[in-house]
Amino acid sequence: MSDIAVEMKGIHKYFGKFCALQNVDLTVESGTIHSILGENGAGKSTLMSILYGLYKPEKGEIFINGKKAKIENPSDAIKLGIGMVHQHFMLVENLTVTENIILGAEITNKFGIIDMKRATKAIKELSEKYGLYVDPYAKIEDISVGMQQRVEILKTLYRGADILILDEPTAVLTPQEILELIDIMKRLINDGKTIIIITHKLKEIKQSAKYCTVIRRGKLIDRVVVDDLSEEELASKMVGRKVNLHIDKTKADPKDVIFSIENLVVKDFRGLEKLKGLNLEIKRGEIYGVAGVDGNGQKELIEAITCLSKASKGKIKINNKEIQNTTPKNVLESGISTIHEDRHKRGLILDFSVELNSILESFNKPQFSKKSILNFEAINNFAKSLIEKFDIRPDNCEKTPIRALSGGNQQKLIIAREVFNDPDLLIAVQPTRGLDIGAIEFVHKTLVEERDKGKAILLVSLELDEIMDVSDTIGVIYDGTIVKTLQNDENVTEEKLGFWMAGGEN
Amino acid sequence: MSIKISSLLKKSTTAIFISILLGFLVGGIILALSGFNPIQSYGELFKGVFSKPRYIVQTIIIATPVILTGISVAFAFKTGLFNIGAEGQFMMGAIAASFIGYKIDLPPIIHPIACLLGAMIFAGLYAVFVGWLKAKFGIHEVITSIMLNWIALYFNNYYVTLPSLKKPNSEGVYEVLDSARINILYNVKANQENILAFRDKIAELKGNVPIVNGVEKPTLFMKLLDTVQDIVFRTDINYGIFIAVAVAIIVGFILNKTTLGYSLKGVGINKYAAEAAGINVKKQIIMSMLISGAIAGLAGGIYITGMSPNRIITLSLHENYGFNGLSVALIANNNPIACIFSGLLFGALKYGGNAMQSQLGVPTEIINIVIGTIIFFIGMRLIFTIIADKLEKGENSNE
Ligand SMILES: Nc1ncnc2c1ncn2[C@@H]1O[C@H](COP(=O)(O)OP(=O)(O)OP(=O)(O)O)[C@@H](O)[C@H]1O
Ligand SMILES: [Mg+2]
Repeated sequence: MSDIAVEMKGIHKYFGKFCALQNVDLTVESGTIHSILGENGAGKSTLMSILYGLYKPEKGEIFINGKKAKIENPSDAIKLGIGMVHQHFMLVENLTVTENIILGAEITNKFGIIDMKRATKAIKELSEKYGLYVDPYAKIEDISVGMQQRVEILKTLYRGADILILDEPTAVLTPQEILELIDIMKRLINDGKTIIIITHKLKEIKQSAKYCTVIRRGKLIDRVVVDDLSEEELASKMVGRKVNLHIDKTKADPKDVIFSIENLVVKDFRGLEKLKGLNLEIKRGEIYGVAGVDGNGQKELIEAITCLSKASKGKIKINNKEIQNTTPKNVLESGISTIHEDRHKRGLILDFSVELNSILESFNKPQFSKKSILNFEAINNFAKSLIEKFDIRPDNCEKTPIRALSGGNQQKLIIAREVFNDPDLLIAVQPTRGLDIGAIEFVHKTLVEERDKGKAILLVSLELDEIMDVSDTIGVIYDGTIVKTLQNDENVTEEKLGFWMAGGEN
Repeated sequence: MSIKISSLLKKSTTAIFISILLGFLVGGIILALSGFNPIQSYGELFKGVFSKPRYIVQTIIIATPVILTGISVAFAFKTGLFNIGAEGQFMMGAIAASFIGYKIDLPPIIHPIACLLGAMIFAGLYAVFVGWLKAKFGIHEVITSIMLNWIALYFNNYYVTLPSLKKPNSEGVYEVLDSARINILYNVKANQENILAFRDKIAELKGNVPIVNGVEKPTLFMKLLDTVQDIVFRTDINYGIFIAVAVAIIVGFILNKTTLGYSLKGVGINKYAAEAAGINVKKQIIMSMLISGAIAGLAGGIYITGMSPNRIITLSLHENYGFNGLSVALIANNNPIACIFSGLLFGALKYGGNAMQSQLGVPTEIINIVIGTIIFFIGMRLIFTIIADKLEKGENSNE
């Protein structure tokens, strides 16, 4: 049967003694969108890396279009028409879009010099065909994440890919960009391409995929037709127990105002105002959710609070103490802990072990060091306790470099660390990005628990579902100010929020 | 079986040993091509290092400064900085030690300590400038430290012209005072009187050499005494190596066991995360350069107080103690303790290379080729990993 594009049979993969994949099969019909669902660390990326020739399985066979294939490295995969867009992009920041796309597959003229004109033309044609809009002359560092991803997809198409692997493509996208991506994927399959997509968002699976393969802890659980199952059923297949897609929480019991921002102005490097006199107040025992379209000042707000960038004007107060324009250390010591948006950049030192990452903010505390000498026994025990309490997998990973943990488990460690700081204000920026349903449930539960302990929580998310699910109070950010503050009750709808987020009046 | 080999191949230590072997192999081929017998040449090299205790001591003495500059570079590297400025910092350390050693009159023991501390502080501050420029303006340390290397060189050459320091009819300044030297048993060779007294003492201890069948048969103890005398009078044996070993241990300790090392490494690997975690990134960069520079300066201080000619002379070009530190650090995979061994290897190659030249006329450049090849293969360590992967895959498809 040649209408099976990809068939992987009995795949086994070990990392040292750890078994990441055990006897996993995958069958993908050509011309369909096939989703892979599984918890963080289930082995999804590993399976796809095997298909793309990045890892060599200990056992198992791969058939591409019905023929047994030997995929030793990515160039074998590319020759077989397989393209992969990785969870973390692999672009050269200071090259242009065109240069990135043709890198390694340059079109040259008869003198062996790169023929930029022809390359640009080829890229333009591809991008028009599939609605993958990019600016061929822009540098990667200057374009949005959504466009970077389109560049990655173009890169694979440019190399003639018929089978596209997208590893968590939507984790970094705004809701608008996600809709665009789904549109693009549909155009691609109409053109006869096959797509394998890894995502944790059940909604997206329902919207796009025909089949879904579910993996749990390295084992194949099921292969289902997406339309036959509800979101809840899919979720419980993946986790192995019933999950709550919506968090249960009691009504908030807010106390006094503990954190406030008055008239905050932040300028970017060009001197343009990114925050234009922003005000907000958060009470103890309250989750304050900032809703808004990406780029309306969320990033600047967080960086100003955490003193990673300067505020031009305004006051930021915690416990009546002004902290604006001090140092990140002072912010921390004043009782603010932050779960940063970009965990690889701001949250972790990837080459450090899990245990060394667990003390990143507290290594100077007497618990972990005396007279500047680190107490490794205490650190190890501490990391063990976090791993146990927050169910970070694999168990006994204290000494592993945190790079080797799956995204969701990395995030769990960050959350565990920040909660341990016992802050008065806990800031969570996109805390569930890239996390599986079970982990999302866990993160939300943790936020609510901290709230119930009387802490103030500032939640910033681009996902309205998350804001509406978790917050007690919602502030809508638009064009550098909070344009609307409201209690989160039945009267709040996605439509209403969307209206304010787009700058609508009242 | 090949799985074992392949996992062994992936270890960086194995890769380093293979690189060293390959370095000798390539050197051997070049020796053969240029008409020398490689076995004989390497034999001379080996003999030149090991055939007498004095040679071994000499090798250690030569290795001491590069062990330290190696540690300096390795330390900076572990904290995310490429200290190509060790060369200039070495010179600044040497100048400071030379000045304190000659100009300031201090009692023994205190005097060398003052020289070495002065060298560390002076060179450390010189390096801090690089760190400060990086922290404050984001200028890459490689650019600034290369410029500072030249400034150090010209400062050195200017320094030796200063009227109150320049030794008449020479290209350099005066030697450091006797009280400033870190040589072992230096007082016995400080003046003619002491030398004679020491020789007498040895002769007295030795007594008469027994004669068996008309041939002198000295006892083991007698041979030992001869060796001691040989080493004391014919080498610059000094305490430097003990200092270098102590520094390696201390630096290893700082990097792996202390909060300072933790935050320095954190900043080196991901300064954004370190910054967000409340670590003062700028301070750490400056701190790292201070320590790295101080270690390179210490090397310069030991060179002046422990090795002839115990003074600063006009330099026509860089002396390479700092640059050689880069090689030493690379061979040691930036591990401070391993720098001791790679520094000794480096010293042995350089010193044994001289023997090769004097015995067989082999140009010392061959030795530089060996060192270069070792570093070349260490730089291409990835190759061993690739070979290991190939082996693993081969194993699998044989199933
Ligand atoms: N190079 C590696 N060395 C050791 N362990 C690894 C390595 N890569 C992955 N693992 C482990 O294998 C397991 C599967 O990882 P994988 O990245 O495939 O998970 P995933 O399903 O993609 O998760 P996520 O949704 O978080 O991306 C994890 O437990 C991870 O810690
Ligand atoms: Mg993954």
